Amino acid sequence: MDVSIRNVRKEFDRFPALHNVSLDIHSGELIALLGPSGSGKTTLLRLIAGLETPTDGSIYFGPEDASLKSVQERNVGFVFQHYALFRHMTVAENIGFGLKVRKGNDRPPNEQIRKRALELLDLVQLSGLENRYPNQLSGGQRQRVALARAMAIEPRVLLLDEPFGALDAQVRRELRRWLREIHDTTGHTTVFVTHDQEEALELADRVVVMSQGRIEQVGTADDAYDRPNSPFVYGFIGDSSTLPVRVENGEIWLADRTVGLQVNDVPDGNASLYFRPHDITLLDGCGGCIAGTVATSRRVAGTRRVELEVGGSQHRVEIELPIEHVAAERSRIAFRPTRWKVFPDAQDSTA
Amino acid sequence: MTYAPTRWRFRQPSVIPGFGPALGFTIAYLSLIVLIPLSGIALRAAALGWSGFWALATDERTLKALEISFGASLIAAIVNVVFGTLVAWVLVRYRFPGRRLIDAAVDLPFALPTAVAGIALAAIYAPNGWVGSLLAPLGIKVAFTPLGIIVALIFVGLPFVVRTVQPVMEEIDRDVEEAAATLGATRLQTVRRVILPGLMPAILTGFALSFARAVGEYGSVIFIAGNIPYVSEIAPLLIVIRLEEFNYAGATAIAAIMLVISFFMLFAINLVQTWSRRRYGYGA
Ligand SMILES: Nc1ncnc2c1ncn2[C@@H]1O[C@H](COP(=O)(O)OP(=O)(O)O)[C@@H](O)[C@H]1O
Ligand SMILES: [Mg+2]
Repeated sequence: MDVSIRNVRKEFDRFPALHNVSLDIHSGELIALLGPSGSGKTTLLRLIAGLETPTDGSIYFGPEDASLKSVQERNVGFVFQHYALFRHMTVAENIGFGLKVRKGNDRPPNEQIRKRALELLDLVQLSGLENRYPNQLSGGQRQRVALARAMAIEPRVLLLDEPFGALDAQVRRELRRWLREIHDTTGHTTVFVTHDQEEALELADRVVVMSQGRIEQVGTADDAYDRPNSPFVYGFIGDSSTLPVRVENGEIWLADRTVGLQVNDVPDGNASLYFRPHDITLLDGCGGCIAGTVATSRRVAGTRRVELEVGGSQHRVEIELPIEHVAAERSRIAFRPTRWKVFPDAQDSTA
Repeated sequence: MTYAPTRWRFRQPSVIPGFGPALGFTIAYLSLIVLIPLSGIALRAAALGWSGFWALATDERTLKALEISFGASLIAAIVNVVFGTLVAWVLVRYRFPGRRLIDAAVDLPFALPTAVAGIALAAIYAPNGWVGSLLAPLGIKVAFTPLGIIVALIFVGLPFVVRTVQPVMEEIDRDVEEAAATLGATRLQTVRRVILPGLMPAILTGFALSFARAVGEYGSVIFIAGNIPYVSEIAPLLIVIRLEEFNYAGATAIAAIMLVISFFMLFAINLVQTWSRRRYGYGA
């Protein structure tokens, strides 16, 4: 089911949690909402589910306006961070709940509900635990039950709010792979929320990066990592270094030196240069470079991270060098980013 | 280090110290405060001999009084379960002006001398009282009838249900209700299948407390009941009457019967509670 979010705004007592958000989710895709805490991810997810109503805008499921429908009618599967299982029901009863509360002809007979529950239990690899109560399960098992319960109603969209947030790292990684497998088997349109970029980038077909109630960027993991379209995304995803620069006639200047990089789509004025620590090339002479004094140098896994002070001690940037590189011994290093981006400073855009 | 690990031991090894003193204190304390006084009743009743006891116990006025006491208490406890749960729900779930005031008022039956409550209720429900005069044209008489007893018992029992259910209700996760809604459950289905079962142990506790309190209630009832033998005379009152007649044997017999019935009813409720706790997933 395609889901289309159109110009949705959400205020809580005048506090804007989402500003004019639009997003198209394609049928069958696994999409991640990624952003720091408080960026509005949960709010967006709850709006899709119908657990909140938008202050403005609408949400379409396929061709129909879902905003007009109640939570019950939307037929979405929702998985909560803290499982939200019914503790007085067995695992099988939990999974069958959505079918059991159906009315009239839509309600399958009991033995069929149980059969379906057992099938789903098999899908989430918990066969044999159908008669346990939730408090007899581990966190990871509970979340699997919660997912099975959500899938039992054949939801049009599956929504997961930080589903692995309460689990330890080991279980998280396991469940992540497992969720991808389940998604590939069942093909549900799935939206999941996370603040863990590794989780989002590894798991999702597309990632929606959010910040302060706005969508910053929508794209594949490669898009988000290699082609960040805003300073926020650059800073939020992966490591990045930044320097304040000036643009003059398409030439980038760092204080009174040219960096040796050209841009053509950035207006003259103050701007910020962003690059990844490993996307650099070292230079011997400096006819257009960034030069700095080595402040610290530390070993990080297979590489060496060097922190440079650029322009006196005003700015610090990090670059990455191969372990055995001779430059690591030097006290002064000149380099130029190979992959980088310049964002004009907002307040100076008229200068 | 060779234990026989399966051997039953009175005391499980524990990291929480002080089991011995704690158990000793508990038994001594319970004995002093509860068991010894109650066994006094049992002893005195035993002294009557079986036939003597049976004659006193099957006295028609006694039977009727017991029936009224336990019957009215049961009805009052049931009413309290329904409306006490509702009151708790309103207090927990809604924010409205005066909520704190109502919240505080729920405790009044705890604090008020029961005689005051009885007099106030009698005044209100008397045929010429506020409420009584409204009910009178409908042919409903409350004061000085068994109905009056029930009203008084509802009054004294209400806070027990509210105060046991309320904290558990506050603990209910919004998530769980929302999960039910996304799965297609209507509000009614959510309440019936998700919320109420979760509250069941607390509701049962509230029921037991409210019922127990009602069985033992004396002060408020005698003012509103009218105390007509065979009609609206409760067992505790009959005990007092027997005592005033210096009929200690009669008083003891009634007391012993009340003790036995109460004990078994509370014991049964306790079993149901244990079962429901397990059933509703509270036990380990
Ligand atoms: N029910 C609510 N009432 C008031 N403010 C809320 C409510 N829910 C969320 N917010 C606010 O909206 C913002 C976004 O919240 P949320 O969507 O939960 O963020 P995230 O899930 O990305 O951490 C936060 O600033 C939060 O305080
Ligand atoms: Mg959240």
